[in-house]
Amino acid sequence: MATLGSMAQLIRSKNAGPWMLTVDIMFSDAETYRHVVSTGVITAALVEDMFGVPSGQVEIFEYNPANAIKISFPRSRPNGHPLDTDLFGGQQFAPLVDLEIPDLR
Amino acid sequence: MKTVKYISPVGMLGGGFTAEYFYEALEGGVDFVAVDSGSTDGGPINLGGDKYIMSHAAIKRDLRIILIGARRHRIPMLVGSCGGSGGNWNLNWIWEIVQEIAAEEGLHFRVALIEAEPDRELLVRKYREGRFRPLQPAPDIDEDVLVRTRRIVGMMGPEPFIEALNNGADVVLAGRSSDAALFSAFPLSKGMPAGPTWHAAKILECGGAAVDQMVKPEGMHCTVAEDYFEVTPLGPDQTSSPLSVAAHALYETANPYRMAEPGGVMHLDDVQYEKAGGRSVRVRGSRFEPGPYTIKLEGADFVGYRSQMLGAIADPAILDDFDTWLDDAKAGAEFAAERTLGADLLRECVIDYRVFGRNGALGSREPRSQERYHELALLILVLAPTQELASTVTGILAQTILHFAVPRWKGLVSNLAYPAAPQVVELGPAYNFVLNHVVEVDHPLELFSIRYEEI
Repeated sequence: MATLGSMAQLIRSKNAGPWMLTVDIMFSDAETYRHVVSTGVITAALVEDMFGVPSGQVEIFEYNPANAIKISFPRSRPNGHPLDTDLFGGQQFAPLVDLEIPDLR
Repeated sequence: MKTVKYISPVGMLGGGFTAEYFYEALEGGVDFVAVDSGSTDGGPINLGGDKYIMSHAAIKRDLRIILIGARRHRIPMLVGSCGGSGGNWNLNWIWEIVQEIAAEEGLHFRVALIEAEPDRELLVRKYREGRFRPLQPAPDIDEDVLVRTRRIVGMMGPEPFIEALNNGADVVLAGRSSDAALFSAFPLSKGMPAGPTWHAAKILECGGAAVDQMVKPEGMHCTVAEDYFEVTPLGPDQTSSPLSVAAHALYETANPYRMAEPGGVMHLDDVQYEKAGGRSVRVRGSRFEPGPYTIKLEGADFVGYRSQMLGAIADPAILDDFDTWLDDAKAGAEFAAERTLGADLLRECVIDYRVFGRNGALGSREPRSQERYHELALLILVLAPTQELASTVTGILAQTILHFAVPRWKGLVSNLAYPAAPQVVELGPAYNFVLNHVVEVDHPLELFSIRYEEI
């Protein structure tokens, strides 16, 4: 087992407009990327479990040209709302860093 | 072969770039220069509160270089989403800076100013006609929202820019614009194909961000051709690679394969990124599917005034059973506020407590927890109908929690380490984004008005 944070070259989050958040998980090589994808760990159900976002509102993309997995889901509130906690959405990925990725058999 | 060449000197006007690299790139023969000035990342206050994002000095420095270069080579200069939000106030603020520079440099040119705040009666009429469509997620709206909201802007497509260029504008200053439309307008007006034009624009709107290592911001050069586009960083020490350009399709976009624009959708499923020699990357296979013409709206509504206080807590006697203590302290503080102000006034306020060190960044979405902390910070944010009330409530809450009893100690305690004075900070007026909708228009210029000035 290794953590996602130890395998990725970059994990980041950012606003995608005022209403959406997007998380990019990027790998330096196709092999690691393929491995993480093939474990099937990163799913809408995981995002629901981790952040409490209903899985029906979560979109996950595999983006081969950049060896990247993208996760997009609605913000709790639009950015800058009086109750918003992260104006740029830049820290919303944090719990994913320690996610455990199983070894392939 | 027909090509259009252009430069995006910086990802956001005022972000800074090296003048020499920009001037040098212009010498190579460039058809136009465009720069984005907008962002919603600063929240609704830029639109609602008539505020700029980048400072006057930073904007003026960048604009001066771009303007001098563009006029020297007699090529158009386009600025999109002027002043951050692209509202009328923000547009005019940039227009004033342009006039200052023109006077100081003795420049003369024709300016088009494109306002992006639609007429409210027109919006209400379209709403009644059922021509609004919610995006996901969208708040519920009604006619009142369209009338009452402090500022509403429409995100223009390329057509208002093209109209301005066709009417002889040397400089186009636009209110809220689709970032990609700003860079697509000129190539489209020259008949370049939509696929490479739009995709290139999407890359170029961030200046030279699609490079391998962004040590300092520099610009990007783009060549749009019939069946590909090619990008080259302006910084001689910067390189782009197929990976760095491909990766840029991820940035700030919810979907890396589909990007909606006013008149259609970019399809990036079958794109190939290849090295093109030197520091350049060539991109093929980008498609643009025309669709119904819609304009996305952004609205910033005034919601009150805010004040805040931040205090750190390091006392183990509090932190050993922090939740119980905080619940008691909050109850005690709100009792004190109600005793002083009365229940009616207090009900008009929204009080938000945040605990840093635990879930200050993620709020209720934070799944992680710890048994024990050696330091936490408490942030109290109060939203109220007046600034005075917001500060009064914040002050009473802070003062009560500061001295709130800690069960293990006997006698008067001071529980909050304030990092700076004053401990109660006025945040001023607060706004909220209230629209995430598109509206169908009769034609691309319907929500926008263009006026021309000679300088």
